[in-house]
Parts: sequence; C-alpha cells; structure tokens
Amino acid sequence: MKFLALKSRFKARHGERPLAWAQLSHQKVRLIVAMGGITFANVLIFMQLGFRSLFTEGATALPESIAGDLFLVNPSTRFIGARGFDRIRLYQAASVRGVANSTPLYIEDGVWAYSQENISFQARIYAFNPKQQVFRIPEVTQQAVKLNLPGSLLFDRLSRSSFGPIPQQFAEKGYATAFLNQRRLAVVGLFNMGNSFFIGEGNVIMSEANYRDLFGEEALKRVGVGILTLEPGADIAAVKAGIQATVPGVEVLTHAELIAKELKFQESTPAGPIFSFGAIMGFVIGVVVVYQVLYADISDHLSEYATLKAIGYSDLALLRVILQEALLLGILGFAPGWVTSFFMYGLLAHITRLELVMRLDVAVTVLILTLIMCVASAAIASNKLRSADPADVF
Amino acid sequence: MNPTPVIAIQNLTYSFGKGVLQKTVLADINLEVNRGEIVILMGPSGSGKTTLLTLIGALRSVQTGSLKVLDHELQGASKLKRIQVRSQIGFIFQTHNLLRCLTAWENVGMSLKLHQQIPPSERRERAITMLQAVGLGSQATDYPDHLSGGQKQRVAIARALVNHPPLILADEPTAALDRKTGRDVVDILQRLAKEQHCAILLVTHDNRILDIADRIVQMEDGHL
Repeated sequence: MKFLALKSRFKARHGERPLAWAQLSHQKVRLIVAMGGITFANVLIFMQLGFRSLFTEGATALPESIAGDLFLVNPSTRFIGARGFDRIRLYQAASVRGVANSTPLYIEDGVWAYSQENISFQARIYAFNPKQQVFRIPEVTQQAVKLNLPGSLLFDRLSRSSFGPIPQQFAEKGYATAFLNQRRLAVVGLFNMGNSFFIGEGNVIMSEANYRDLFGEEALKRVGVGILTLEPGADIAAVKAGIQATVPGVEVLTHAELIAKELKFQESTPAGPIFSFGAIMGFVIGVVVVYQVLYADISDHLSEYATLKAIGYSDLALLRVILQEALLLGILGFAPGWVTSFFMYGLLAHITRLELVMRLDVAVTVLILTLIMCVASAAIASNKLRSADPADVF
Repeated sequence: MNPTPVIAIQNLTYSFGKGVLQKTVLADINLEVNRGEIVILMGPSGSGKTTLLTLIGALRSVQTGSLKVLDHELQGASKLKRIQVRSQIGFIFQTHNLLRCLTAWENVGMSLKLHQQIPPSERRERAITMLQAVGLGSQATDYPDHLSGGQKQRVAIARALVNHPPLILADEPTAALDRKTGRDVVDILQRLAKEQHCAILLVTHDNRILDIADRIVQMEDGHL
C-alpha cells in the first residue's frame, strides 16, 4: 500500500519514468534473466563467504573465553592445548615481580560417547581449579561450585549434535550422563563456547580433581595454558619481559597475542583462501552477466542512443543512464539473492549441523560487492556507447 | 524578428578519407536559410545532401569554410558547443527513431528533459499538448510498437517541435510512408512550422511534397 501510494505520488509529480528503468523493464524476459544471473552470482558469493566464516570463525572461541593478563604456553605449540609445559615453569613465573596470581588450565582430548552403544567422538576437556576464575563465561563461573562433585562436568551446548541430545535431556530431566574415556560422568550444567572447525568437535569443562581421576596424577604436571593475573598497576610489558628473562621453556603472551596465535594457526589452513577464491569467482561471474546484459541492451538500442546524442544528449548523460541501469539491476538481483542465500544457509545448517548464519556484515559486504560488480560492468559496457555515432542516424 | 539567417554557409567544403583516397563530397557550398523559411534540398543519391544536413546539425566537425547555425559558428566548435547547438535544433529522421521502451509522450518528453528551465512537472502537459497538435492526443500513452508508421513519424515531429526550435532538420521524413500518410505528415509539419515561425531544411526525393517549400535547392555532386 505504502509503495503504491509512493508510486502514485511519484507519478503525480513527474509522471515520467526514469529512462534507465523504462529501458530495463521494457524487456521483461531479459530483465528476469539478468536478475537471475545476479542472484546466482550473489548466492555463490554468499555461500563461499558463509563457508569461509564457518571455517575461520570459532577459531578464537577458546582464547576469548579465558580470563587473565598474561598466558604461558609451550613455545612449540601450534595451537592452544596442542602441547603442554611443565607446571614448575608456572610456579617460577608466579614468583616474578608484578604477578598477583597464577593458575593452570589443563587441556586434553578425551573419547566421548553419549551411550555405550554409540560411536565415540573426540571431545576437548578443559580442567581448572573451580576456586579460581579462569573462564570469562558467566555460566561457568556460576556453576563452578558444582564441579567439585566427583565425576561431574559442564557440557558445551555448541558441541556437534553427534555428541548426543545432552542439552535437551538436561533441560528436560535436570541431569544427563555420558561416557568419557569409558567412565560414566554426570553433566551438571551447560555453557556456550563453541569450537573452531579444525580443532575438536565438542567441549567439556571439569575440575582439576576430576581431571586427575580421569588421566592420573602425572597429567597435572603438564599445563596447557598458564594463566597469570597481575597486581593492579603492574606494567604488562615489563612483567612479560621479566618472565621471559627468568623462566625458560615457555612462551609468554598477552591476551591479544594469544588470540592472534590461534588465528594464525587457523589461517595456515587452506580453507580461507579456497573460499575467498570461490567468492571472487562468483564476483567475476556477476561482472560477466551484468556486462552481457548491458552490452546487449546498448547494442540493441544503439540507434536510439545515437538519436539521443543527435538531439543533444551528452555522452555523460547517457553514461549516467547505463550506470543507473547497472545499479538498478544490482539491487533487483541482490534482493532475491539474499533471500535465496538465507534459506540455503538454513538448509545447509540443517543438513551439516554447522553454524551457518546470515550475518548483517556479510550481507552488507555482498551488497557492496554487487554494486561494485555492476558499476564495473557498466564501465566496460559503456565503451560500446561511444560507437553510437549521431552522424549515422541520418 | 531576428534579421540574421538561421543558417549561413560560406565556401563550405567537406571530404571523406585521406590522401589519394580523399573524396570531396561538398564543394564550395553557399547557402542561407531565413527564419520561418521552408527549404527543400533535392538531389540524387550520393550528391552530399545528407552530409550537408549532418554538418548543419552539428553532428560532424566542419573542415573548411564557414557554417553558422543560429548565430553559432560551427567552424572549430568544441564538442560541448556542438551538443549545445544540437539541443536547439529539431531533428526528424528518415525512420522515426523513437525509443521503443518509452510511451509516445515520454518520447516527446526526452526533448523537454534537455531544457533544464522547463520544470519536470510541466513536461507531461507540454508533451501531450504537442501530441494533440499532431493529432495523437489519444495515443499519448501508447508505445511506438503499437503505433502505425505515420503515427510514429508524427510523434517524431512532436518530439522535434515541442521545444519550439527555430530550426528543423528533416531527412526524407516521408520515405518510409505511403502517399497519403506521407502527405498528412508533411502537412502537419508545414502547419506547425508556420505557427511557430520555424525554419525547415528538408531533404527529400519525394516529388509529391515539393509544394510545401518556399524554396527548392538542387544539389548535384557536392555543388548547389
């Protein structure tokens, strides 16, 4: 209704359609084919960017969830938790001037099975002293006290669905059990953290004590990440330098550096470039489609454009018409492209159980890419416009 | 009234090609067309009529000689200047050359759009008034594909005349029409030109329409 009112007002004021729109809408079939082409290109770009974010996001879920000022890791570890270091080093670092508190985070892989009959999956186990603040996840902090129960753990809702319907069961019955390294454990709470695509499929959090029960006393000597809290007003850089000078065999990282290290590992995987390349292909297809449409439009109407030149239109005025056509096409093609991609994301997320969501920043990126694509095509196609010689119309 | 002629040509020479292939199409042309005068230019094919018309219409650059159209010297005129001159001339072509995607009145409106001083809100009214003047008031919202040949040519006349140009250039406007519709078209053209006191330079082969002319100019091998 609003649109109609606007349209009639537009008609009442000028009564005249812009030439670009008249030109485009005159040949309905061509318009639909063009929109289809742009929609196709858009869906392609959306899918590739979606896949890329799928593989590259979640990479920093773990480091972003850890609270602390400085972090100690094994210098040769490629990603967090791949290799541990000797707990003695953590004690040594704790004695460095400026460090207020130190606590270890243990990271291990365990074999998870929802029930004994089910196939098993690799779960990442994080263990810490529940009296300490290690995670900056409010749900974990609130439920930390429950972890003191023997054989208890917290379960990550964002684990793969193959880990079993733990969240549903927990919500319905108030408890759930599963097997970890063939020992029956109780799920006493849930939290949200998520995984990077390449490391782990699900997360659980437990206490140091339960971790020791599962992996033995020796396991507590190998720390995944040493977490240091500094005294108020301490200079992070100075403390970091102090630890580096006195404690051998560890790498000291700030929070930002810890995140950067994890990201660097993720980016060394080929997923990012592969899907970026796919997105570029979509862009190129879009340019070709829009170019073809505009070129055909100009060729078909060459005598008309020449006539317009003859009666006094400048090249620039006609170039503007072509640009308007391109932008109109871009917007008209983007809308169905976005809708299609939205449903494709939903469908793929349903099938693959991966977290594919239509995000605003991705949508805006694709819209801008689409408009650039259309303007680029218009710029190439406008060469043809120059061949419209007004002297030929007589 | 403007005492100076709308077209003043002195010693105009024009040739195509270069070097040994150079072919002179217009040689030493002198011509004046006064305000409100209808001049028919006749001559066999290849005599240079159309080339002369495109030069007067500022569609080609003048090579040698002087060509003044509406008080603008086109000898050495810039591209921008030529575009400005063109917007003050009404053009009628052999084929109608209407934009197929626009309705009759929108086609006429394309001429009005060139003149910024005409408010957009008036375009429709002006265009339809002009279409009524050529007898197409009820076809204003039809697309060219739904109009007959004669009707299309009348829309083209409306497009050429809607801005009240002091000069109309027409290239065989009746060539694609049968005898009767051709007659109707030139009658309308003549009537409106007299009403608006506008000069017409019309190129034609058509002997049947010579009576509308105030003056007939014969052209042969680039000479008048």
